[in-house]
Amino acid sequence: MLDLITPADFGLGWLEASGPHADIVLSTRVRLARNLQGYRFSPCIRESEREQIFERVRRAAEQSETLKGGVVLDLSTLDRVSRHVLLERHLVSRELVGENGAAPPRGTGLITAPGEQVGVMVNEEDHLRLQCLLSGLRLREAYRLVDQLEEELGSQLPFAYHHEFGYLTSCPTNVGTGLRASVLVHLPGLVLIKEIGKVLQGITQLGLTFRGLYGEGSEVVGNFFQISNQTTLGKNEEDLIEHLEKVVRQVIQHEMQARNTLMRDARLVIEDKIWRAYGLLRYARSLSFEEVMNLLSGVRLGVSVNLLPGLRVYTLNKIMVHTQPTHLEQAAGRSLSEAESDLHRATYVRRILATEGRVVAEGERVGETGERQG
Amino acid sequence: MLCDHCGDREAVIHLTQIVNNQMSTYHLCEGCAAEKGLEPGVGATNAALSDVLAQMGKGLAAEGARAVGPCAYCGMRLEDFKKTGRVGCSHCYVTFDAHLRTLLRRLHGGTQHVGKVYLPPDPTKEECQERLAGLRRKLEKAVESEDFERAAQIRDQIRDLEAALECWT
Repeated sequence: MLDLITPADFGLGWLEASGPHADIVLSTRVRLARNLQGYRFSPCIRESEREQIFERVRRAAEQSETLKGGVVLDLSTLDRVSRHVLLERHLVSRELVGENGAAPPRGTGLITAPGEQVGVMVNEEDHLRLQCLLSGLRLREAYRLVDQLEEELGSQLPFAYHHEFGYLTSCPTNVGTGLRASVLVHLPGLVLIKEIGKVLQGITQLGLTFRGLYGEGSEVVGNFFQISNQTTLGKNEEDLIEHLEKVVRQVIQHEMQARNTLMRDARLVIEDKIWRAYGLLRYARSLSFEEVMNLLSGVRLGVSVNLLPGLRVYTLNKIMVHTQPTHLEQAAGRSLSEAESDLHRATYVRRILATEGRVVAEGERVGETGERQG
Repeated sequence: MLCDHCGDREAVIHLTQIVNNQMSTYHLCEGCAAEKGLEPGVGATNAALSDVLAQMGKGLAAEGARAVGPCAYCGMRLEDFKKTGRVGCSHCYVTFDAHLRTLLRRLHGGTQHVGKVYLPPDPTKEECQERLAGLRRKLEKAVESEDFERAAQIRDQIRDLEAALECWT
C-alpha cells in the first residue's frame, strides 16, 4: 500500500497554481464533519468500533462515483515518514498521524478520489472528515465537490443527525452544518504597510477566524493566513461559503492596494527586498524552514508584481512543500538532524531555482554558459 | 514549545492578540493561561470554546439546574466534557441537552440548524418531505446568487426525490 503514495505528486494538484487569484490565494479547502449513528465519538471510542467504521466507510467508498478508483490508506500501517509526508501535504490532520511520532490507532485512514482533490479522513476527531482541496479561490466549486461526496456516502451510511442541532459532531464548535471552509492567503503587502492587524481584526468582527499555515494552534509563517468561518450552526452552507468568499475578496482587494502603494511609494526598497530574498534562496548553503518560508514570501511577491520574470508560482509552491522536514527526510532516505536538514534544504532550493527559476534582471545579460550552480 | 511566561512547562494554549493593530502571539502553559484569565474574543459568537466551557457551570448553577449523571450510552460525565470540550457520542446531546444548548447559543448565536437536511439511507416519507423543503430553499439561494452549477446539482436531487415520493402514494 505504501507504493501508492510514492508518486512524487500525490495530493499536490493544487501546486499548479491554476485557480483564480493563485498568486495571492494559495488554496481553498472545504470540509464537512460527519459521524455515524450507533458508535461512540472519538473521546470514548473503542478500537473495534474504529475498525468497523473504517470498514463501513471503505465499502461505501467502493460504491461512490467520486471515490471509485482512488486510494485507500490505513494510516496505522504506514511508517512515520509516509504519515508525516501526508501531513505536510495537508492531506491528513495532525490528529490523524499519531502523537509524538507514534503510529495512530488501528482504523485510522484516508480515502481519496483519483487526483486526490476530494477525499475523506476516517476516525479523526469525527468519524468522517470529508474534504476538498483546490488551487486558488474556488469556494463554491470545492463545496459542490465535497457535497457530492457527502451525498454519495450519506445514502449508504447512517449519519448522526439531530432535528434541531443538525449534524452532530464530537466538538460542539462544528455542530450543525459541520462545514469549515478555509482559504489560504498570502498577504505580504498588508504586513509590510502594517495594516494586517486591522484587517485581521475586521475578519474576526465579521464572524470569521484566521490561523497559521498548519491550521489550529499553528503560528503565522511566511505571511500566510488561513481565513475560515467560525460558526457552523444557524446559517446554511451556501450562506457560510458566500460570506467567506465576500470577505476574502475584500481582503484580496486590500492586499492589491497595499502592493500598489508599496510599488508607488517605496519601489526601490521593495525591489531590494525581493532581490535579496531571491539571492539568498538561490545561493545560500544552509536554510531553516522558517527562513525559506519568509524568503519565499518576498519572492512570491516579486513574481506577483512582475519583478522576477520567468519564475512561476508553481515553482515556489513546489519549494514550499518539498523543503518541509519530512519531505527532505523522504528524499534523503534517512532521518536528518536539524543542521543536516538545513543543508539539504538549501541544496534542494538551489537545484530547483537553477533549473526552473533562473531570473535575468533588466539590464543584465548572463551568457547561457556563464552560470552553473550545483 | 515552552510557556512564554514561566518558561518551565509545555505551552498548550496559543493566544493571538491584536492590540493597537499590533498582532502578537503568546504560547502559554495551562497554569499561566489560567492566571492571565484569557480574555474572550470579540462578540458572543466569537468566544473561545475554553472560555465558554469555563463559564458554563456557573450560569446553570445560578439557574438552579440539577447535576446530571453520566451519559447512559458512552459513560461521558459532564466534568469530562468540560475538560476536553468533546462529547462522547450522539446521545450526549440528549443527556446534556440543557448545558449544550447554552453552549451552542454562546458559540453559534443559536441552536437551530438551517442547512442541509439529512436524508438517511432508508428514509421515511416525512424525512423525504423535510429534505425536499430544504432542497427547495437551497435551490432558491443558488439561483439568487447565480451559482448555476450548484442550482443544476440541487435540481437533480429534487427531481430524484420527487420521483421517490411519487412511488409512496
